[in-house]
Amino acid sequence: MANTKTGAKNSKIKNHSPTLFQRNDGIPFDSSLFENININKSAVERRAGTLTKRRSVKKEWQAAWLLKAITCIDLTTLAGDDTKSNVHRLCAKAKSPVRADLLEAMEMKEANIQVGAVCVYHNLITEAKAALTGSAIPIAAVSTGFPAGQIDLADKLRQIEKSVAAGAKEIDIVISRGLVIQSKWKELYDEVAACRKACGEAHLKTILATGEIPTYTKVAKASWVSMMAGSDFIKTSTGKESVNATIPVSLVMIRAIRAYHELTGFKVGFKPAGGIRKAKQALAWLILIKEELGNDWLTPHLFRFGASSLLGDIERQLEHFVTGNYSAAYRHPMA
Amino acid sequence: MKIKEIYETMAYGPATESAAVAIDFLDTHNRTFQLFIDGEWKEPASRNYFETINPSTKENLAKIAVANAQDVDEAVVAANKALPKWKAIGGYQRAKYLYALARQIQKHARLFAVLESLDNGKPIRETRDIDIPLVARHFYHHAGWAQLKDTQLKDYEEIGVVGQIIPWNFPLLMLSWKIAPALAMGNTIVLKPAEFTSLTALLFAEICQQVGLPKGVVNIITGDGTTGAALVNHPTVYKIAFTGSTEVGKIIRKATAGSGKKLSLELGGKSPFIVFEDADLDSVVEGVVDAIWFNQGQVCCAGSRLLVQESIADKLYEKIKVRMEQLRVGNALDKNIDIGAIIAPVQLKVIEDLVQQGIAEGSTLWQPSWACPKEGYFYPPSLFTNVAPSATIAQVEIFGPVLVAMSFRTPKEAVKLANNTRYGLACSLWTENINLALDIAPQIKAGTLWINCTNVFDAAAGFGGYRESGFGREGGKEGLFEYVKPRIEAEFSDKPFIKPAKKSKATKNELPPQGIDRTTKMYIGGKQSRPDGGYSTIIKSINGAYIGEVSKGNRKDIRNAVEAAHASNSWTSRTGHSRAQVLYYIAENLDIRKEEFANRLVQMTNQPKATALAEVDIALERIFLYAALADKYDGQVHHTTHKNVTLAMPEAIGVLGIICPEESPLLGFISTVIPAITMGNRVVVIPSETAPFSATDFYQILATSDVPAGTINIVTGAKEELTTVLAKHNDVDGLWYFGSKTGSKAVESLAADNMKRTWVNNGKYRNWKEKAHSEGEDFLRKASQIKNIWIPYGV
Repeated sequence: MANTKTGAKNSKIKNHSPTLFQRNDGIPFDSSLFENININKSAVERRAGTLTKRRSVKKEWQAAWLLKAITCIDLTTLAGDDTKSNVHRLCAKAKSPVRADLLEAMEMKEANIQVGAVCVYHNLITEAKAALTGSAIPIAAVSTGFPAGQIDLADKLRQIEKSVAAGAKEIDIVISRGLVIQSKWKELYDEVAACRKACGEAHLKTILATGEIPTYTKVAKASWVSMMAGSDFIKTSTGKESVNATIPVSLVMIRAIRAYHELTGFKVGFKPAGGIRKAKQALAWLILIKEELGNDWLTPHLFRFGASSLLGDIERQLEHFVTGNYSAAYRHPMA
Repeated sequence: MKIKEIYETMAYGPATESAAVAIDFLDTHNRTFQLFIDGEWKEPASRNYFETINPSTKENLAKIAVANAQDVDEAVVAANKALPKWKAIGGYQRAKYLYALARQIQKHARLFAVLESLDNGKPIRETRDIDIPLVARHFYHHAGWAQLKDTQLKDYEEIGVVGQIIPWNFPLLMLSWKIAPALAMGNTIVLKPAEFTSLTALLFAEICQQVGLPKGVVNIITGDGTTGAALVNHPTVYKIAFTGSTEVGKIIRKATAGSGKKLSLELGGKSPFIVFEDADLDSVVEGVVDAIWFNQGQVCCAGSRLLVQESIADKLYEKIKVRMEQLRVGNALDKNIDIGAIIAPVQLKVIEDLVQQGIAEGSTLWQPSWACPKEGYFYPPSLFTNVAPSATIAQVEIFGPVLVAMSFRTPKEAVKLANNTRYGLACSLWTENINLALDIAPQIKAGTLWINCTNVFDAAAGFGGYRESGFGREGGKEGLFEYVKPRIEAEFSDKPFIKPAKKSKATKNELPPQGIDRTTKMYIGGKQSRPDGGYSTIIKSINGAYIGEVSKGNRKDIRNAVEAAHASNSWTSRTGHSRAQVLYYIAENLDIRKEEFANRLVQMTNQPKATALAEVDIALERIFLYAALADKYDGQVHHTTHKNVTLAMPEAIGVLGIICPEESPLLGFISTVIPAITMGNRVVVIPSETAPFSATDFYQILATSDVPAGTINIVTGAKEELTTVLAKHNDVDGLWYFGSKTGSKAVESLAADNMKRTWVNNGKYRNWKEKAHSEGEDFLRKASQIKNIWIPYGV
């Protein structure tokens, strides 16, 4: 039997936040905090490669973890052909993501399992809002010229303001990758800080689009700048780059989140997105978060998956857990 | 447990690998294992068995036979009997057997992994993802070498029956490191697994049966220390390969001294883990986990001494503590643990005692807040800070999950601290600056250098130690030479090819020849020096005619010579081209004085002038040969399975003592000293006692050929007496001895104390005029040791 942990007696991981979910206020730009960062890619890959081999969740533990994963999903549709009807279906699924009989079998009916948010383009916010009436599920809108971000700052800020006005509680912005490539960190800081201001009460989720950032060292630096500028979340990808969220790049970002927390006491959330389709992948990310950031981060307030088909696979795994038989997709209501 | 509760706590649950198939294997053998001799299971003559336990639970797993001397003899006889056929089938056929073994191990990979975890207590993650894949890889790799031997090592042949003794920390992996190269090179084997961990070796024996390996080619005899001793001392075992403690290694070195048995030893370590301030510290932390908490720290190359640049030391210690808190200790079959069980209560006690001693000596211990489970032999990950180099825990190998940390100020100091140990197995080095990394790597006395990684292994790269971590390499082409011998050795004779000069018995002074009196001195630190004792010895020709006096060196002269050699480190750091220039210059100056050196040979050995001139010509050609090789005998970039560049660099052994043969006064000196310095060694040479003048005349050439002072030091005098001083000197790294059988035995035995690399002739003579006997790459191989430097990359 493995040991049970009783908490880090001498741990340096502090919890400065006076309230549980205090937002990241950001800090003034200070390049000395990140300019000496050096990420060793091969070592990061080695850790990423062995991390999920060191931990395994099975049986009840797997079921419980997968339910947690559902609550951390930003159930997403970001397609050119999105209309009222598919957004309504998506929202219905967001509210009741798991078949009631399965929840009952797991004695989880009272747990109010819902996804973390519904994520859509600006034009669909109104439809989503109507469909989610009566639920507490927030609407997240992608913004600032998503996915490439190749529009000017004034337009980006206008987009944010309009989405917030339309009812989005979370704004997923894309950063200007060109600023990262050219190491224009102060400009990047100013851009993200302006977005944060435009968000007002809405939470700012900053997409780095790591598939378009050339090195892990720059991913770490971009993470730092985004956090310093007040991002509530940092997010790997739009789902539209050729390389989406990977465990190694997530590790780099998560370590930046940890260091930023150690320095400032602010807890910044993390959102991997793109290509996360399987329950097994979801477990890997939860393990990554638990090992590197600790249990505090295993909550929708600080961790989200950007995913559209992940939920379906999790449902099948849950049915397998309950019945002992492998499941089929058609046995679960579609989104 | 209720799902709701887990949902709220997000705890890990048990994730236990099933042991069912492994238990079936034990039950099939009625939980009692016999000896595997000549392809059959055989009850031990001793009728004795011991229990093997599961250290995670303390439960008995099975009874294991104890082989006594009679059983060992039977196994060795079987191996000898199997040898001719195994040798005759050729490389391709042997390759097919090795390939089949690799395949068979892969087919039963999980069974091997579970059995290993049960028997050893190491986490299933490690046996499943590291040990067993490396085992299969080792057999695949050497299947290739089996076939390539016939062309790539055609001047070498198998040694014969080899005895192999392996440790308990990586039971099957060490078995593969031993068996694969030995079989590939055409040897037959008697292998003894460690007492604590016999099971996977016995399963391997079944695999040998399954692939139809000819009977007697692999024999596996279980037992204790007495079994091992019987194997080591068996007269028809021609090579011993041992992995284990330095203490036992020294015993084996002494036991085999003078027997002519080839020996490779992979022993203990106290390997440094060096962190510079520009390293990726979060990655460093994971490196530390892999260095000292891999296999419970029971790893010979564990990075057990953490050396941190002062500017980041406290920050890194804090990060390590946070990480330690996250580590999990528990049953080896639990997939949610990082650290399994310590092998046995005796080892647990060693660890506990050393930790107590560390506290008592004033170091600061830190352990995580959680407690280890009680049902097995567990020990928590431990970190000592405030450790002085003088602390016991900084010096001795703990062989447990205990890290000792200290800081350094400069790269130079890091090297000094890293090398401040009797061991020299491995070193892990962390920096993002390639200039720094490649500057430090060659300065570390260790066989393996991991840059920004640690504990990575592959069959294509050699592994083995410097200093008291042993000698010989396992893996890579460099590892093959441990299991072959040069074919030419068959021509070596019990009698000299050339008659040595007679030992002078004259004590009374005879009339010197006409001319000005010459005083022959010794040559130490680039200066001609008189003997410390103030005595000289009269040297006569082979016919008894007076030639002159030489200095009678004593232990203090040896001491001075060794110190001078150490001071001359510039020779070692020179480029091959630069050394070649000096060698060519030596030849140039010898050529000018050819006549004089020939006359000296005539005077001492009474040979015709023409043959003496021919001998000087051979000497010149030989010097030219090594000058040619100086910048061409170089390393390799190994094709390892990781994304990295693995450099296999031949490095000088260091300060080498050379005892020249009595016969062939000039060629015996040239043929040994020149290859030694070609590889960058500095040497202390004891020339022919009876005919020393070719060597002493030579120092005038050295003085005029740009040879840096201290590179070659010549001490004349009583050979056996001076040899003993050199062999016992703790700052001499290697010793070559060309003399009697008893002298060879003494050298091997005395050298055991600081694990000098020795090369002795066991009283066998070679013809120093014969190229095939006396020159070539084999001399350079003996004059160097391979360091493997792993350099991962990626942006």
